Amino acid sequence: MSRSQGVAVRAAPFATAAVLTLPVAVGTIGIVLPFGWLDGLIAGGRGGGDWGMPAGAAWAAFRDAPGIGASLQVSLTSALASTLIALLLVLGLTAAGQGTRLFGLLAQAISPLLAVPHAAMAAGLAFLLAPSGWLFRLFSPWATGLTRPPDLLILHDPGGLALTAGLVVKEVPFLFLMTLAALPQTDAARRCLLGRSLGYGRMAAWCAGVAPALLPQLRLPVLAVLAYGLSTVDMAVFLGPTTPPPLAVRCLHWLTDPDLSQRAIAAIAALVLLAATAACAALLWLLARLAQLGWRWWIWRGLRLQADAAPRAVALGLPALFTALGMSAILALLVWSVAGPWRFPDALPQAWQASRFASHLPQLAGPLGNTLLLALGTSAIALLLTVGCLENEVRRGLGHRPGRALWLLYLPLILPQMSFLFGLQVVAAALGPGPGLFAVGWAQLLFVLPYIYLSLADPWHAWDRRYGLVAVGLGAGRLRVLLRVKLPMLLAPLLTAAAIGVAVSTALYLPTALLGAGRVATLTTEAVTLAASQDRRLLAVYAVLQTVVPFLAFLLARLLPAALQPGRRAAAPA
Amino acid sequence: MTGPGLQLDGLAARLQGRRLFAPLSLTVLPGQVTTVMGPSGGGKSTLLALVCGALDPAFQGQGRVLVDGIDVTGIPTERRRIGILFQEPLLFPHLSVAGNLAFGLPAGVKGRRARAARVNDALRAADLDGFGARHPATLSGGQRARIAVLRTLLSEPLALLLDEPFSGLDAGTRTRFRETVFDAVRRRGLPTLLVTHDAGDAEAAGGPVVQLLPEPAAEAGPNGNGKSPL
Repeated sequence: MSRSQGVAVRAAPFATAAVLTLPVAVGTIGIVLPFGWLDGLIAGGRGGGDWGMPAGAAWAAFRDAPGIGASLQVSLTSALASTLIALLLVLGLTAAGQGTRLFGLLAQAISPLLAVPHAAMAAGLAFLLAPSGWLFRLFSPWATGLTRPPDLLILHDPGGLALTAGLVVKEVPFLFLMTLAALPQTDAARRCLLGRSLGYGRMAAWCAGVAPALLPQLRLPVLAVLAYGLSTVDMAVFLGPTTPPPLAVRCLHWLTDPDLSQRAIAAIAALVLLAATAACAALLWLLARLAQLGWRWWIWRGLRLQADAAPRAVALGLPALFTALGMSAILALLVWSVAGPWRFPDALPQAWQASRFASHLPQLAGPLGNTLLLALGTSAIALLLTVGCLENEVRRGLGHRPGRALWLLYLPLILPQMSFLFGLQVVAAALGPGPGLFAVGWAQLLFVLPYIYLSLADPWHAWDRRYGLVAVGLGAGRLRVLLRVKLPMLLAPLLTAAAIGVAVSTALYLPTALLGAGRVATLTTEAVTLAASQDRRLLAVYAVLQTVVPFLAFLLARLLPAALQPGRRAAAPA
Repeated sequence: MTGPGLQLDGLAARLQGRRLFAPLSLTVLPGQVTTVMGPSGGGKSTLLALVCGALDPAFQGQGRVLVDGIDVTGIPTERRRIGILFQEPLLFPHLSVAGNLAFGLPAGVKGRRARAARVNDALRAADLDGFGARHPATLSGGQRARIAVLRTLLSEPLALLLDEPFSGLDAGTRTRFRETVFDAVRRRGLPTLLVTHDAGDAEAAGGPVVQLLPEPAAEAGPNGNGKSPL
């Protein structure tokens, strides 16, 4: 028993590495192979997806597709702009607020937004910002004089501004929490105090002393934000331009076209997305170098920048505004999900219909069941692998989070999802299991596993090993120590990690849509499908349920430790 | 009341209604080093935060701080012109020695060449000639400590706070470094407040020694609203 458990622990990092890298590698190759370049090598192994079009012809078809330039452009600008804006907002907020009460309050207000699925957030923002949306209703007719929705192109604007704003609302919480996790390692409080005692203003002292220590730790999260922005479909269908849509949306259209030869064009589009991600990453690197040059000039020049009241107000106000926007969007979803008849300029519906959830239950049950099954299944597998990896790190005395392993974890997050999931679908089809729950779970694991690992690594390594030594001294074996001492003590962080896994899985759209090939309906895929329909109320029902799942998970993670371990305080030990 | 030097007037801090130490009043004359001693956890770091204006928002401060007769209690840290030396030198690892010193030099010294000259002069005067291009990580503990002092002095403070800056050094280096700092303080006529738990530091400082007294138990009653003894 003990030996097999030891083997399992030692095998865990290899299994985890395989889970993370193999599908990505196989998926990327899976796009290229069907073009037939390697026909001689893989004779007979391409039953799943011969594109039926040579690469040259597919490339020509892609290049000549109407509006392809505009598609690429809006993908690039919305992804780059949202990444830069979200990063600057988070850095500004931290520089202006660190150590103040307001900062602590904002931190508490922003975190829950991270759990809201992308599609639900996008739907809520659409309900809020549309010409017939809540904002216009609240200000009409008394302020705007409008009695019918104005003829304005706010959502789906060709420039992608609405999409960019939506991405910013969703990515600020992510980058902010990554910043909060990295801050303790930067000795921020004393470095700021030192800068200020030398005469530098609050924000200047932070930029001089803390930013250079913080930014290297945000490199991978920023690349993940960039890659998501470039390959997002779930936010783009609610907020992005439609004629033409961003590249990732068009890629999905080609991929799901009944004319199978269109899949070759989709393959080219996926490769272009991959190249675009690399190009944007290079551009960000260049911008970082330029910023560094400016920073060096400023440090050498010694400008104190003491009068920072106005910049501080902006740096605190803008993130607060985006947070308020996100919260209002969720509120708008809730209102629409139970709204009865609702004429335009009215601020609230004339009647409420809470029964809608019950009346749609038969329709909701399938997607809800699939969502829960996938969320719990992938989280359980990811937790097992993560615990195995971390236990192996601790037992072999390996350092906490070696750099290379971190890149490996982030690999599925910093590559555009579209590029490797699409190839993965091809390979899955060729290998046999075909689309279905199993294939979807496999693809979701790629995204659930990194987040669970990132969330559990710190508490796991912070656990006081002397408890283990005490237990061993009492005659307990390693497995007993793990099951009876360590896991119970780390119950709160384990449950939080599981809740994060549930939130990630519930929100995933592309892995579900691509590997499920339309046969696996989840709350997310149904909500995205409803985006094009006019039934706001039904869409709101799906979006609300989609938001409720992760919130319940986090609520349980918060309450269960106290219920399961009465007498012990529910606070996390780390 | 309005003389030169650093003056603390009834300085104290409360955490959830409980006062951490009895209110402290003292005057540090220019060039003088006054030592504040107290047990660990006795509020020494809170006192320093009060003086430099960086009290954690969880605390409530009371009393006044005056620098050369000017009340700085309400103004932010960056305008108080009170330099601090921490237990660790806190040299920025992302800057060279010269970069760290230029960071301390006031912006009023303009021009790349003039600033470089001032930095080099400071290094030469401290017998650290040629260290400008070095990286802080390549220096010895004593050298790092001396660079940190140079950086603070270059910012032209009106008063100096020392937060146990000698405790991380070995005995020989410690004695020499103490002499360097106290010598600089005397030459520049800087009023200096040294916080330490080491009697040797207090003795070497040669100035008045003040004990940070715990609040009498009666004042910190269980209901936490201890009355002022004044």
